[in-house]
Amino acid sequence: MEQNNRKDIWGSLLKIGVFVCMTVNIYLVFQFAPQEQSMGHVQRIFYFHVPSAWIAFLAFFVVFVASIGYLWKRERKYDLVAGAAAEIGVLFATLVLITGPIWGRPVWNTWWEWSPRLTLFLVLWFIYIAYLMLRNFVEGEEKSARFSAVFGIFGFVDVPIVYMSIRLWRDIHPSPVVGGGQGSGLHPDMTFTLLFSVLTFTLLFLFLLSNRMKLEKSRIALDDLKRQIAF
Amino acid sequence: MIFSMLVFSLMVAVIFNFSFPPGSEFIDDAAAGIIWMTFIFTSLLGMSRSFVREVDKGCMQGLLLAPIDRVDIYISKMLINLIFIIMVEVVVVPLFSVFFKINLFDSIGALSAVLLLSTLGFAIVGTLFSAIAVNTRTREVMLPILHFPVSIPLIICAVQATNAVMAGQAWSVIWPWLKIIIAFDLIFFLVGYLTFEYIVEDS
Repeated sequence: MEQNNRKDIWGSLLKIGVFVCMTVNIYLVFQFAPQEQSMGHVQRIFYFHVPSAWIAFLAFFVVFVASIGYLWKRERKYDLVAGAAAEIGVLFATLVLITGPIWGRPVWNTWWEWSPRLTLFLVLWFIYIAYLMLRNFVEGEEKSARFSAVFGIFGFVDVPIVYMSIRLWRDIHPSPVVGGGQGSGLHPDMTFTLLFSVLTFTLLFLFLLSNRMKLEKSRIALDDLKRQIAF
Repeated sequence: MIFSMLVFSLMVAVIFNFSFPPGSEFIDDAAAGIIWMTFIFTSLLGMSRSFVREVDKGCMQGLLLAPIDRVDIYISKMLINLIFIIMVEVVVVPLFSVFFKINLFDSIGALSAVLLLSTLGFAIVGTLFSAIAVNTRTREVMLPILHFPVSIPLIICAVQATNAVMAGQAWSVIWPWLKIIIAFDLIFFLVGYLTFEYIVEDS
């Protein structure tokens, strides 16, 4: 019970943290960050696009680590983490695929371009959609956990190979703006806003992850209770 | 099995032919893509059956009880899948050459290398995923859903390398693609080697 209470304090702190950071972040993105000269206001979507991409990668990395953890230790919690992270990862990858074209239409004059990073993200999205489908199509929880752990490892190992193979094509994506080299720098205020967005999204990720796991644990507890009543 | 794969493969090739207007020059650029689409569909057809009989008839338990390393089951299944697809390819590639009026025999060495290494990659990933898919509710549907996204780098490289071979380009153009194919084969063979025993644990 003691431990439960302490956990709840962390949960509440996280909730408050996400709320405060979100509010500050919205101010930073729409008021504080200077307007980009050639792209105008549409550039501000970048402060949502880049952190979403970061969260998607982070989530899929969590799936990978938790999958290895599950196969190694065989503890249920690793499977829960992997499942929750994959769902959040697919959500944010979808956001990346939506915000990208909204920005790309006025700036590149096209909704979609088969550039390496776009293609990579689309492939990533497909891999983790397949991952979620697999989780739901296998009967038996232990089996589902085992199979999806194996596929989670395959999916993550695939990412660098996908990137290598599509990089041999033409790339029109802007090169990395932070620490990218000469002529690719950001205004300091923009850098600050971007880093703050990344922080906010990371907190949001942790918040969503912990809540998704709580929900899943409740579902398992409910299933157990139902089983007890049935017998 | 091998006969159905062969017939299927030829039908796909012929059907693709109808998607171009007669005498279209575009077909030269698309030929490598068509060849690979044919082989990918065919290999899925074969691989989706690789564990069905074992699981349905309870033979899998016998295999698991046998005094052999479990990974040997994976390697042997993978090799037989590879051999089946290669056999289909040996028949279909010359027919392609005739149907699509492309001379594939000038650079038969490079073409064989590309075909063999890429098919190996498909077999490595496909065999493992078919062991997963056979345990799901939707078996035949699940295999392509798992297989396609993971093998996208292989598809890209195989098509590009085949294109380069057919255009008679130098080895230096083909080699970068082939390098990625080899990396794919090695990495996924290692991952498959390490994870296969977790899949068949209780089948």
